[in-house]
Amino acid sequence: MDVDSLLLSRLQFAFTITFHIIFPTFTIGLSAYIATLGVLWLRTGDERYRRLMRFWTRIFAVSFAMGVVSGIVMSYEFGTNWSRFSAAVGNVVGPLIGYEVLTAFFLEATFLGVLLFGFGRVPPWLSVLSAAIVALGTTMSAFWILSANSWMQTPAGYALRDGVAYPTDWLAVIFNPSFPYRFAHMVNAAYLTTGFVVLAVGARFMLAGRHVDEARTMLRMAIGLTAILAPLQLLIGDRHGLNTLAHQPIKIAAIEAHWDGSKPGDFHVFAWPDQNAERNALEISIPRGASLILTHDPNGLFPGLTSVPPSDRPPVAIVFFAFRIMLAAGLFMIAAALYGAFLWWRGALFETRWYLRVMAHCWWIGFVAVIAGWVTTESGRQPWIVQGLLRTADASSPVAGGSVALTLALFVIAYAVVFSFGIYYINRLIGQGPADAATKTVAPLGGASPIAAAQSD
Amino acid sequence: MDWYLPVIWAGLIGTAVALYVILDGFDLGIGILFPFAHTERERDQMMRSVAPFWDGNETWLVLGGGGLWVAFPGAYAVIMPALYIPVIVMLLALVFRGVAFEFRTISRSKTWLNGAFSGGSALAAFAQGVILGGLIQGIPVKDGAYAGGALTWATPFAVLCGLAMIAGYGLLGACWLVMKTEGAVAARARRQARALLGAVLFFMAAVSIWTPLSEPRIAERWFALPNFLFLWPVPVVTALVAYGLWRGLETGREVAPFLAAIALFLLGYLGLVISNFPYLVPPSLTIWDTAAAAASQIFMLLGTLFLLPMILGYVVFVYWLFRGKTREGESYH
Repeated sequence: MDVDSLLLSRLQFAFTITFHIIFPTFTIGLSAYIATLGVLWLRTGDERYRRLMRFWTRIFAVSFAMGVVSGIVMSYEFGTNWSRFSAAVGNVVGPLIGYEVLTAFFLEATFLGVLLFGFGRVPPWLSVLSAAIVALGTTMSAFWILSANSWMQTPAGYALRDGVAYPTDWLAVIFNPSFPYRFAHMVNAAYLTTGFVVLAVGARFMLAGRHVDEARTMLRMAIGLTAILAPLQLLIGDRHGLNTLAHQPIKIAAIEAHWDGSKPGDFHVFAWPDQNAERNALEISIPRGASLILTHDPNGLFPGLTSVPPSDRPPVAIVFFAFRIMLAAGLFMIAAALYGAFLWWRGALFETRWYLRVMAHCWWIGFVAVIAGWVTTESGRQPWIVQGLLRTADASSPVAGGSVALTLALFVIAYAVVFSFGIYYINRLIGQGPADAATKTVAPLGGASPIAAAQSD
Repeated sequence: MDWYLPVIWAGLIGTAVALYVILDGFDLGIGILFPFAHTERERDQMMRSVAPFWDGNETWLVLGGGGLWVAFPGAYAVIMPALYIPVIVMLLALVFRGVAFEFRTISRSKTWLNGAFSGGSALAAFAQGVILGGLIQGIPVKDGAYAGGALTWATPFAVLCGLAMIAGYGLLGACWLVMKTEGAVAARARRQARALLGAVLFFMAAVSIWTPLSEPRIAERWFALPNFLFLWPVPVVTALVAYGLWRGLETGREVAPFLAAIALFLLGYLGLVISNFPYLVPPSLTIWDTAAAAASQIFMLLGTLFLLPMILGYVVFVYWLFRGKTREGESYH
């Protein structure tokens, strides 16, 4: 095993999973939004909801396709690049991934077909039911994947024999100590992220004076959702952080760039962590801020980075900065959502053009927070791939460095092309707007269906 | 329990792989036949015939890969590094064809996306054939880990299997079009199916002759007594099915050729299983050598036995919902 192969495999996994997580984040939130629109359509009979449902479903289809294909890559990379990981913890992590495929992936992929192509062919209630099933599928996907990831952070319910993990208690494996917090944090993040995309699209239509009815609906729904979920996310994040302090204290020490555990921790607004010198080269700090947040006591102590040998420390600067990017994006989302709610309350939401202009350009904010959050938690777990159990360096495959270099280059080129096209086409779909999508006649695919004959769209 | 659990799992994964090969086979086949369509309207018609299904079809590939990891981590950890390049190439090809599929419905200029869709489909099929060939010809293993080089898989036999897979998926795709479309597209597919049937039979014969000659264990499996007494019907039935498929194409049948093509695939698959069982990593690791802990296999089995019938149920429901022909010029999405 040469070092190059390990480093390249890490880069490849980081790259492919960062690309992948964008799409599930969006589709978890969007499927729930589409199902909500469907229920509102059935209950009120208001065509506006149907038009919005159709509009977002087409965007969902493109995002979901990118999520499926980049997700298939992930399920094979465990073997191609991390075969020793697969062999050592496959008994425990494998079934969690297996259940994800069985319970969720099939549900989503199959019923998306009904949702996409069934309009005009199946009765409205079945379209809405399919939307709800797709939403359920995406959420169950998140459940299992986060359970697997959380087990890698806080392993439980297993016994180790000859370097191989064997399950002893499946409930303890699935509901491992960090899972509930991570799951809540991620699903809420997905809803928030999608909320800001919907907000941006509503603002864009409002500013352009197009599809104004739909734009108002989207703005109201997005503001209503994010004004509650953005502050809630801070609360969930705080609980998640305390859980991490209990189970992965060194990750917290890296997040706070806290070297010396014998003193209370400052909250560094900015710092330049120096891994070799074991201190921060530059600090702008709120004295004892970190102690206050983490122990609710300005004099409280929590472990520092120097409490473990250098070989057991994560790359501090990456963890430190990624966390601050996530936090900044989160605080911005809270401010933006609450200010939007304030404008709505004052009856000025649809007329405050500067606010709409800013929001129309902030569709990406949630994605940045999600990626930065994952970088924090994954880099913070290093040098372990499974905390305390298996080191990343002992997990990679016996694959030649040259092979990995080749495939990494191919992934970078391929994903760059796919991503640019994806953004371009989604932007095109958004540009066409809901009304256009609705004026297109949706003819039944095959004339023979009695349902299709009874149901004129 | 330690004996039959791996057998059950081998059966389940074998079923998932067979379902994948048939289901994604015909939609990859559509991509392989894509360059031969004459107009964009014809291409639209071809694509629409598989549009509601392809996401779901590809999911079986995840179940194949994921299932192998769950049930046989020892095999997964050897096969994936051994076939590293073909596996990643297959995945990337699937990425391109998958997104080209969705983008094409939105895009105005379709030339590039047609190329990505058909090129990706053909490359994915080729890579899957290479993976199959790489497995059949054997993987060097030492201490339960892959012990070969980066290009150990690259042999003439693997290339032959890659070409065979392109022809096979093309045949499935053509028969699907015969069943699901009408007009010029269906008529052309019928002609293509005849040519592809010839190619598939050639490749099946080539693999059937090549493998027993190069692998003594395979020759022994088939020709040693009493095995031969039980196994001789396999090639005979294959020949009969091939004849039925040809007759179906000649006599204007619409559904029968697709069913016969599926049967042909399953028979070829059965032949490979007979040649290689119980090896998961020929010629050294069996299903029992590489099985996961019994607790893991049981935990996953409970869920699978409960959920797999449901999955099959709603897959059938979706195919039933979108039954019937796709006509030219119908709108989409």
